[in-house]
This record gives sequence, C-alpha cells and structure tokens, in this order.
Amino acid sequence: MPQIQIPSPLRQYSGKQASVDVPAKTVGEALEGLVSRHPDLKRHLYTEDGKLRAFVNVYVNDEDMRYLQKEATALKDGDTISIVPSIAGG
Amino acid sequence: MATLSDIKPTDVQPEAVLSNDEILRYSRHLIMPEVGMQGQQKLKAAKVLCIGAGGLGSPLALYLTAAGVGTLGIVDFDVVDYTNLQRQILHTTADVGRRKLDSAADKLKAINPFLNLRTFDTKLTSANALELFREFDIVADGTDNFPTRYLVNDACVLTGKPNVYGSIFRFEGQASVFATEEGPCYRCLYPEPPPPGLVPSCAEGGVLGILPGLIGVIQATETIKLILGQGDSLAGRLLLVDALDMKFRELKLRKNPDCPACGTHRTITELIDYDQFCGIRGEEAPVYGGDLPVISVEELKKKLDAKADIFILDVREPHEYQICNLKGYLIPLGDLPKRVSELDSSREIVAHCKMGGRSAKAVAFLKQAGFSKVHNLTGGITAWAERIDTKMPKY
Repeated sequence: MPQIQIPSPLRQYSGKQASVDVPAKTVGEALEGLVSRHPDLKRHLYTEDGKLRAFVNVYVNDEDMRYLQKEATALKDGDTISIVPSIAGG
Repeated sequence: MATLSDIKPTDVQPEAVLSNDEILRYSRHLIMPEVGMQGQQKLKAAKVLCIGAGGLGSPLALYLTAAGVGTLGIVDFDVVDYTNLQRQILHTTADVGRRKLDSAADKLKAINPFLNLRTFDTKLTSANALELFREFDIVADGTDNFPTRYLVNDACVLTGKPNVYGSIFRFEGQASVFATEEGPCYRCLYPEPPPPGLVPSCAEGGVLGILPGLIGVIQATETIKLILGQGDSLAGRLLLVDALDMKFRELKLRKNPDCPACGTHRTITELIDYDQFCGIRGEEAPVYGGDLPVISVEELKKKLDAKADIFILDVREPHEYQICNLKGYLIPLGDLPKRVSELDSSREIVAHCKMGGRSAKAVAFLKQAGFSKVHNLTGGITAWAERIDTKMPKY
C-alpha cells in the first residue's frame, strides 16, 4: 500500500501521524483518501476550487509529480508519497 | 555542476597569499589534497554574504569564519533577545539587548582575526539587494520569512550568485543550492508562497534549538564546496532533514523551463514588492479579512475584576498552557472546528493565544459559525504578562 509522509507543519491536522497508508492506484486517489480520512488537511492542501495549492509540492519517491503525470501518476506497492510544503524559518 | 571555480579566474590574487600564521592556522585544510594551498587561497579570496545572524546565520558565520573565508558580509537589523539564545549560538546572555551585528563581530573576530567582516545594519530590501549581492560571490540565506526568501532568490538569479539555501521548522529542515548557472532556483521548487497565516513561523510553531545548527552547518559545507569547486553540490537536490526520526532524504529538483525567474521566458527582470507578493500588507495581516472585534488586556482585567460573566477561550497548545495561563478553557486552534459544540454562544467569549494571531483565526471562525459575542485578546497572554501580571512568565 502506498504510504504518504506528512511533514510536521501539517501533522496537527493528521491526528499527529507522521505517515498514513492509503490504498490508491494514483497520486490523486491517494491524496483524496488522505483528506477524506483527515478533513482538516483539505484546506491546507487544496484551494477552494479543488486544486492542489501551488506551495505544496508532492513527490512520488524522489521525483516531483509535476514532472511525472501529476495527480494521474500511477502508484505501486511500496511507493512513498511525500508532501513537502514550504517552510521559511531560520 | 556549476561551481565558483568555473566562473572565477583561478589565478591567486596577491591579497590571497597566506602568511605563516595563516598557514599554521589552516594546517588541517592544507594537508588535504581537496583543499591544499590553492583551496585555502580560494577561501581567502572568497566573499560570502550571509543574510541574517540568527539561527542559521550563527553556525554559518562561525564555521565560514573558522574555515578561512576571507570576506564575510552579514546583513541583519535585529537585536539579541532572550528567546534567541536557545539556538543562535553566535550570541550569549551578556549580548541580550545588543545589535546582533555587534555581538557577531566580537565572536567572529575572536575566532579569526584574519577575517574581513563587513556588517550591514539594514533590512534586506528590493532597493538594496542587487547592489549588495554584486559585491559578493555567494549568498547564504539564513532568513526567517517568505518575502525575504523570494527576494534573496530573485536577487541571486538577477546577479548570477549562487543561493545557498536552508530553512527550518520544528524538527524539520530543508537545504539546497539554488540559482547556479544550470541549476534550479527557489521559484522552480516553490513558484508561489503560501498565503499568510497558513504556515506558522518558528515564533508560532517553535523550533528545536539544534536544528538550525544541523542545517546551517550543511549550508556552510555547501558554501565551502562551491568556493573550492570540490564535490557534488546540492544544486538540483533538496535535502530534507527530520531530526525527530533522524532521517536525511533527498528529492530531485529540476529547473522549471517556465520559471518566471530563471526559465526560458523570464518575466522577473527586476526586483518586485515581496511583501505584496507574499500577501502581507501590514504588520498583522488578517487571514480571513474583515474587522474582528478585539479587547485589550486592560479592558479584560477591568471586566474580570467587576465579576463580569466572561468565558476565556485559550486556543494555544496544551504544552503552552502549562507554561502560563489565564485559567481559560483550552481548545487548541486546530481542534476548534470539531469541538465548537463545547462552547456556549450566548456567553461573552474572549479568545486568546500567545500573541493574538491564532486567536484572531479562532474569532474569525467563531464569527462565521454564528457566535456574536466573541472578542480577540489583542497581544495575547504575552500582553497580559507585560502589562497586567508582570510576574507571569513570558515565552
């Protein structure tokens, strides 16, 4: 089952979980599965018209999904999806 | 991989010749073939500009100075305060209240008297960034906010200076090298900033004190490697550090051909208004818009003393409640939507947090949910500790 890694700024919306296993065939399905389990995450990941926010980067293993097939990118067992939001602390 | 050695003349300038004292000092570098005499002279000839003398800037400046970087510039306009000392190792308790630049200058000169330190007591702005960057070879970004991150990136792209990037939050950090000749820039990674208020700052969310040490030292390492022209730089890779699990991962970064800053059809040909770009209009940008009803700590005190029926709602986290509290009812902001039924909308509610930012969101949420008698405590519990109960700890 693909695993979604949740970065610490967003863990307060995922019941403090660092990773969530979601059964899904594509990246889009996995993210939908994630926000249906943790609805508080939705407004942090998606705009009001349902698009993924531009400052939230999604990687499949080490590759940016923008350079794959975006939300349609196919997943296989053991794939790791990482949500990498921008942070600015210094 | 683009390194400085590709773009700089390899001839050693006369001022980069090492004295016998310097040769002794840098002995452990000189006996390594990857550095050697030539590398150490490159370090001495190098000019690195460090943006910020805070969490990341501390280890950066300390190690670059110790390593023998000849000219180090530091831009900072801040003053040392007690909350800095948990992680900003350039500064000591005795420095509280001093300009960070003065504090930094003492420590750096003590470590290495050969350092040519240039301090810039100013906020980095669109008006001064280009001129400043042109005087240096490499820029190391140790800032703590999104507008300056984008400003540093764009100014690096426009002046052709590599941007050695590091960023931290709580237990996590990111590092990369942006804006090298062939590599991606910060905008290739993050085309747009998050809307203000959505991503908490370190002041709101906290940061593990050693984390800027980890990330700042990675930035210092990348800076030294660029100067020496050695190794494989982080250009094209984003290093993610999770200190809690102690995991280091890396992601591939690609240069975005459509990037407005460094792509094929560039639209950013000069620096812009970065506060506006990041959606910040004033000091306290309201996230939800509209005027929120507020109450000052003095008014609240007066009402409480008069035994008015006021329900104090504390929207901080439980571990903050343990530090100090107003005996309020605790519902962390993140839990408010699902616990809103615990509140009585017929009562007068005063919401507070540490500074007033999170409670403003809580008040906006409650207004939308139909609560009419709800006020935000301006300045939060910090204002209470400063003006009403001075024995209360501030954090």
